[in-house]
Amino acid sequence: MNYESDVREPLILGNKTWHDVSVDISKPIEGKANKYWYVAFAISFLTASWGVGCICYTIGTGIGTWGLNKTVGWAWDITNFVWWIGIGHAGTLISAILLLFRQKWRMSINRSAEAMTIFAVICAALFPAIHMGRIWLAYFVFPLPNQFGSLWVNFNSPLLWDVFAISTYFTVSLVFWYMGLLPDFATVRDRAAVSMKPFRRKIYTILSFGWSGNARTWTRFEEMCLVLAGVSTPLVLSVHTIVSMDFATSVMPGWHTTIFPPYFVAGAIFSGFAMVLTLMLIARKTLNLEQYITVNHVESMNKIIILTGSIVGVAYLTELFMSWYSGVEYEQYAFINRATGPYWWAYFSMMTCNVVTPQLFWIKKLRRSFVATFIISIFVNIGMWFERFVIIVTSLHRDYLPSSWTMFHPTFVDMGIFIGTIGIFFTCFLVFCRIFPVIAMAELKAILKTSGSQYKKN
Amino acid sequence: MSNKILYAIYGDDEVLLNSAKQLRKNGVKVKDVFSPFPIHGLDPVIGVPRTRLAIGSFIYGATGLSCAWLMMGWMMIYDWPMDIGGKPSFSFLENLPAFIPISFEMTVFFAAHGMALSFLIIARLFPGQKPKNPDFRTTDDKFLMQINLEENKRSEAEIRTILKETGAMEINEKVLDEKPEFVLA
Repeated sequence: MNYESDVREPLILGNKTWHDVSVDISKPIEGKANKYWYVAFAISFLTASWGVGCICYTIGTGIGTWGLNKTVGWAWDITNFVWWIGIGHAGTLISAILLLFRQKWRMSINRSAEAMTIFAVICAALFPAIHMGRIWLAYFVFPLPNQFGSLWVNFNSPLLWDVFAISTYFTVSLVFWYMGLLPDFATVRDRAAVSMKPFRRKIYTILSFGWSGNARTWTRFEEMCLVLAGVSTPLVLSVHTIVSMDFATSVMPGWHTTIFPPYFVAGAIFSGFAMVLTLMLIARKTLNLEQYITVNHVESMNKIIILTGSIVGVAYLTELFMSWYSGVEYEQYAFINRATGPYWWAYFSMMTCNVVTPQLFWIKKLRRSFVATFIISIFVNIGMWFERFVIIVTSLHRDYLPSSWTMFHPTFVDMGIFIGTIGIFFTCFLVFCRIFPVIAMAELKAILKTSGSQYKKN
Repeated sequence: MSNKILYAIYGDDEVLLNSAKQLRKNGVKVKDVFSPFPIHGLDPVIGVPRTRLAIGSFIYGATGLSCAWLMMGWMMIYDWPMDIGGKPSFSFLENLPAFIPISFEMTVFFAAHGMALSFLIIARLFPGQKPKNPDFRTTDDKFLMQINLEENKRSEAEIRTILKETGAMEINEKVLDEKPEFVLA
């Protein structure tokens, strides 16, 4: 058995037993949803439908329905793509990197953070697909023999690297998540058997793949989770590195920098943790998980926000310094234009939300306050969206040729699709909360004896 | 020799682990243990060998890397060399830096999926599979030890005594159907 220092505060409050864990976590699946769930679901579903409508309009009419023009060929779509992919990164960080670092607090949040990863990557992958214009030709991104002779995809292109990175990331995260769910589905299945619910029992028997939890399977399961965490750790770092190379390998002033990979990865984890906090703070209230997701969990996540937020802040300043130090006037102009040009408000929002607000977490009171955390997490989400917008649009809208200078004005379709993806994300998450065990029960039971509040007392 | 199976149920993982050690000392073979979470340190006691999944994962990863290199080398260098942006595809080694990201991604892809599939196959887990845990409570908060009497030399009474003494909460039993004897006609 593991022993844990008494100085550490308990991770699970309320003197829970193993059985209590099963009961509490299975409750949202077994019971009926309350009216808040229905209201939230209705709003998310309507927003998602509106987004799907806008997507259909785009596919039917073409991307001329968006506000793009010849100078600004990438705008909200790629901003949203990078934003969503970044949000996904926190889930893998929590489930893989924190597993390797043996951080036990991750166990209360990893399941829902991984679910968030999957839904965020789905939302992200939508954007490059519809930006192709002719989505029915999307299979061209794969190295398939095609009807025009053996013309292959270009493996030197970062956009193709992205295809491989995102598809690997999505499928590996999905598998990692589902494998972890097997023992918990089995718990729900056996509880349904005890309480005579044949239909639910049948469904969860299929979902659990017939998991029985014998000693040999557990050994293999633990080995597999460890190795999956091991391969997911460099994977998650590689994904946003490759996303940043979409920009960094081009010769656009403002994009062509070597700092992009670490800067994007830190930004991704920063925004991802903000989204995890936003979701968790809502989930712990509505699903009665206050004793599982405690103020200590929130504080740990806030510490990661300070770290990654500071890395992002340093990256902003480094960018400014490097543009000056490079002596390249285009590069210098790109950054002066960001701060003082027509998009100064976007740059200002980015700086305030990403650099200033997370620094408030140095104050212990704010770091341990749910209300402050919730507000700051939303600020960070907004700030990180603006960061991508600033990088993409302000670099493009002042072309080398002043006659091409222009502004980007989003149309209702641009906005509709962005808001629609938020709807899709929340719809998926709300359905997840009702069908899947939102906390990894088996993992939590394994640490209950060392980190539960009743064992800490003696 | 009876073909009875004993199911000893425990309320705590440490008690079960201790009990398994006692049984081993007395020469009783434990068939299997079902638990709601992994019990660390149990495997050597009941004789579960170390898994080789990680080695498998390495082999899958190496396969993925080879596939990636073969695919990119063949497509870009041999089958249809292209001159893109003044950067022609001359040889595999010269193009290798541009191939690194996809090589890495495919290594991870094969390693992760190959291992997960192997796990599901060797653990016999797939949709439609019937769960094999003998008691519903083993996925909740109880720990179950299965002992097949026909595998053991000691009598049922002796084993029951050891189980009771080492803290089993309850002992259930199941008698397997008599196997039809194979008779030569």
